[in-house]
Amino acid sequence: MTRGTRIDGIAAGRLDEQQYTQNFGDLYAPLDRHEAQVASDRCYFCYDAPCVTACPTSIDIPLFIRQIATDTPEAAAKTIFDQNILGGMCARVCPTEQLCEEACVREAAEGKPVQIGLLQRYASDTVMAQGKHPFSRAAPTGKTVAVVGAGPAGLSAAHRLALHGHEVVLYDAKPKPGGLNEYGIAAYKTPDDFAQKEVDWLMQIGGITFRHEQKLGAQMTLDGLADAHDAVFLSIGLGGVNALGLADDGLDNVVDAVRFIETLRQSEKSSVPIGRNVVVIGGGMTAVDAAVQSRLLGAENVSIVYRRGQDRMSASAKEQDHARHEGVRLICNAQPVAVHADGVDFEYTADGPDGLTGTGEVFRLAADQVFVAIGQTLGEVGLDLDGRKIAVTGPGRTSRAGVWAGGDCAAGGEDLTVTAVAEGRDAAEDIHATLMNGA
Amino acid sequence: MADLSIDFAGIKSPNPFWLASAPPTDKEYNVRRAFEAGWGGVVWKTLGLDPHIVNVNGPRYGAIYGADRRLLGLNNIELITDRPLQTNLEEIKAVKRDWPDRAMVVSLMVPCEEWAWKQILPLVEDTGADGVELNFGCPHGMSERGMGSAVGQVPEYIEMVTRWVKQNTRMPCIVKLTPNITDVRQPAEAAYRGGADAVSLINTINSITSVNLDLFAPEPTIDGKGAHGGYCGPAVKPIALNMVAEIARNTETADLPISGIGGITTWRDAAEFIALGAGSVQVCTAAMTYGFKIVEEMKSGLSQWMDEKGHTSIAAISGRAVPNCSDWKNLNLNYVAKAKINQDLCISCGRCFAACEDTSHQAIGMSADRTFTVIDEECVACNLCVNVCPVEDCITMEAMAPGSVDPRTGKVVEEGFADWTTHPNNPAAVAAE
Ligand SMILES: Cc1cc2nc3c(=O)[nH]c(=O)nc-3n(C[C@H](O)[C@H](O)[C@H](O)COP(=O)(O)OP(=O)(O)OC[C@H]3O[C@@H](n4cnc5c(N)ncnc54)[C@H](O)[C@@H]3O)c2cc1C
Ligand SMILES: Cc1cc2nc3c(=O)[nH]c(=O)nc-3n(C[C@H](O)[C@H](O)[C@H](O)COP(=O)(O)O)c2cc1C
Ligand code: SF4
Repeated sequence: MTRGTRIDGIAAGRLDEQQYTQNFGDLYAPLDRHEAQVASDRCYFCYDAPCVTACPTSIDIPLFIRQIATDTPEAAAKTIFDQNILGGMCARVCPTEQLCEEACVREAAEGKPVQIGLLQRYASDTVMAQGKHPFSRAAPTGKTVAVVGAGPAGLSAAHRLALHGHEVVLYDAKPKPGGLNEYGIAAYKTPDDFAQKEVDWLMQIGGITFRHEQKLGAQMTLDGLADAHDAVFLSIGLGGVNALGLADDGLDNVVDAVRFIETLRQSEKSSVPIGRNVVVIGGGMTAVDAAVQSRLLGAENVSIVYRRGQDRMSASAKEQDHARHEGVRLICNAQPVAVHADGVDFEYTADGPDGLTGTGEVFRLAADQVFVAIGQTLGEVGLDLDGRKIAVTGPGRTSRAGVWAGGDCAAGGEDLTVTAVAEGRDAAEDIHATLMNGA
Repeated sequence: MADLSIDFAGIKSPNPFWLASAPPTDKEYNVRRAFEAGWGGVVWKTLGLDPHIVNVNGPRYGAIYGADRRLLGLNNIELITDRPLQTNLEEIKAVKRDWPDRAMVVSLMVPCEEWAWKQILPLVEDTGADGVELNFGCPHGMSERGMGSAVGQVPEYIEMVTRWVKQNTRMPCIVKLTPNITDVRQPAEAAYRGGADAVSLINTINSITSVNLDLFAPEPTIDGKGAHGGYCGPAVKPIALNMVAEIARNTETADLPISGIGGITTWRDAAEFIALGAGSVQVCTAAMTYGFKIVEEMKSGLSQWMDEKGHTSIAAISGRAVPNCSDWKNLNLNYVAKAKINQDLCISCGRCFAACEDTSHQAIGMSADRTFTVIDEECVACNLCVNVCPVEDCITMEAMAPGSVDPRTGKVVEEGFADWTTHPNNPAAVAAE
């Protein structure tokens, strides 16, 4: 590391350009044709394959791998996109070690699953590099559907609706489409502006109009949308964040981790200021991404502090290993009790029958910056809730007729890109069936 | 999108992929599921006269494996259907009624007497089946009783039985040939003379897959003894391809439709059979290894390849490789190639070196840092290095331009064509005009 890592306080440009480029390039290099052939040869073409069951979008994995093995990656890509139009992004960001690859019989046999994620990337990249969009729209139905939120759930729904011949207006509060694909996912998982390229590719289906900086609750209302369209699909994700709830929460150096990542994703990496000492509070994917990217920006000391035991962290073992590999320190069983301008006080915890209790032992971690990654919340939507999310039945039907919801904002399913895609797709099918029945 | 549908000897099918007469087509349950999975047609498991035969009650199969326990060859001692004729006929009728667009061919094997054929053919016609396939191929069990390959090995019998069949039914008649002969053109010609509408090949090849060294008995072993079985699967594909080509090239049988069978596992295998003259293809072992779903890859792959190459129909590609099937004596001896190793792709395993140094022409050099290069002065372009290299396209055969000098022979590479028939070393050479 250059001397830049040892500059005190918060500073941009800690590294030289070449290091930034290297740090924020592809985390896992894509497979070339030879590697893809060798990797695909390992698949057993299992019957009713466990990997398919484990995939929230139920991609026919053995079939697409066989199509790669028989040298038709284009046909493989079609198999993928039939189920998951964001198969390109999912190949990069899915925690496959907790999904398909965990279920792969060769994980059970040898502890080495078939490299499903990388193979999916090989196939989907092949087609996207050709600029081909292997779908064409059905005849226009004359129906219009509003999709609010252009993240993975919204994009997936919009594509499926457009495919069936509906006119889709895709609204988003932000200037760019993509949702967390564009503003949230770790930069090294989706370099080279892949999120926007993928959206452009997806839009080739036609029939989708993107309206940016249109926020539900500000520029538009649910009533207004319901009046103007035959159906509404809400895929607004979780825009709010949980606060620490400590007295000094308001300090400048305490930053919501999602906002930090958003800034990072939209900036030249050398222009992003980062502390010499960084503390990340949380135990999920967001915490890992904030911590790892802090290191990649040149922070010298980065710790993730999680209030429960390591086994309770929602970040996968692979993600945790990745963090450790990047020099992040993981501290478990400690909760913040006070934030200061130059550090955070933590108290060790014990997880007992009465929940989490402090042990009274307090320690301080030096921190120029504190990133808070303790969960996101939904704003006011005017629909029945299930817990803190929009209540849905079946494929995304909300308490209000004509309004569907899916993705992170809707109850059920894990908060993952691939789950959002599945929910968007299934709601779109239900909207389609409903609209065509009424016709 | 390429049109995969076919009209094979009057039998229509939405795609050229049929399941061969074997366990996959043994009963209604299988065939319904096969059609749901997308197979274009089936040849129903061979029917015989009642009383139905019985199978052994021990293992029927033996196998040969490649790396990673990939099944390469399967051997079986199963006989024809072991269920009553009436049961099969009823099921065939029910399935055909529900799947009118799929090809339903019924395989038959009855004694070599006309009454037997006269008896069974009307029963099959009544099911609404699209055609019959005469099983003259089964090499075990049935042949001991004068049927199957016992008929298929005698051209006169083939011709006679085919004629009986043609005289006793309006259904198209496919004659299934055995590979357990010396010249496959003879049985094909006999079938043609008998009036066959098509031939299908190959049935299985006589084989013993392995010997149990504790029991000193062939496997699969039934109570300490084993019998030869029929061999199929990827391992037999080259044999089947050659036999299909032989029939397609033979001017006597040039217009006889061929249903290609033998080791077809992927869309590419199927395309190769079609290129060599097949109008439909049949699959058994691949389905028995991987299940019915492989047909999806076969269909998507074939149609992608056809689209990429601008081929619009199966008829347009069927037989396209036949004119290029030549005889050794007519290959161009003026064509000179050299192996070339792509250093960017080379993983320095040294397999090409071992193969060439120990068993070929000592035409690959190896440096201290494990760089492997072809020595053009020695290379005879035998292709062994290409075949043993684990990286596809790392070693290629590059043709030398006419006019350049082959460093091995010191001779100029000639422009024109010259084959063995005109070569000075050939005692029977005819002077080039
Ligand atoms: C930092 C971070 C890293 C992550 N990493 C991964 C990962 O590696 N792998 C993985 O599978 N998942 C990951 N996730 C989770 C994943 O990103 C989400 O589950 C997924 O993006 C949810 O998709 P969505 O479409 O429901 O919502 P979002 O992607 O959040 O999209 C919601 C969209 O709605 C818009 N919007 C919000 N409110 C309004 C409104 N009122 N009016 C109009 N538009 C509105 C937003 O601008 C946004 O574009 C990560 C999440 C975070 C926060
Ligand atoms: C277990 C088994 C049983 C078979 N039974 C028959 C049969 O009843 N009638 C027949 O014509 N061929 C039979 N065959 C041969 C197949 O139809 C086919 O010709 C052969 O297996 C080659 O194709 P493949 O390499 O795709 O398996 C059988 C094959 C196997 C493996
Ligand atoms: S579980 Fe593994 S081996 Fe089986 S089909 Fe899926 S990827 Fe292939």
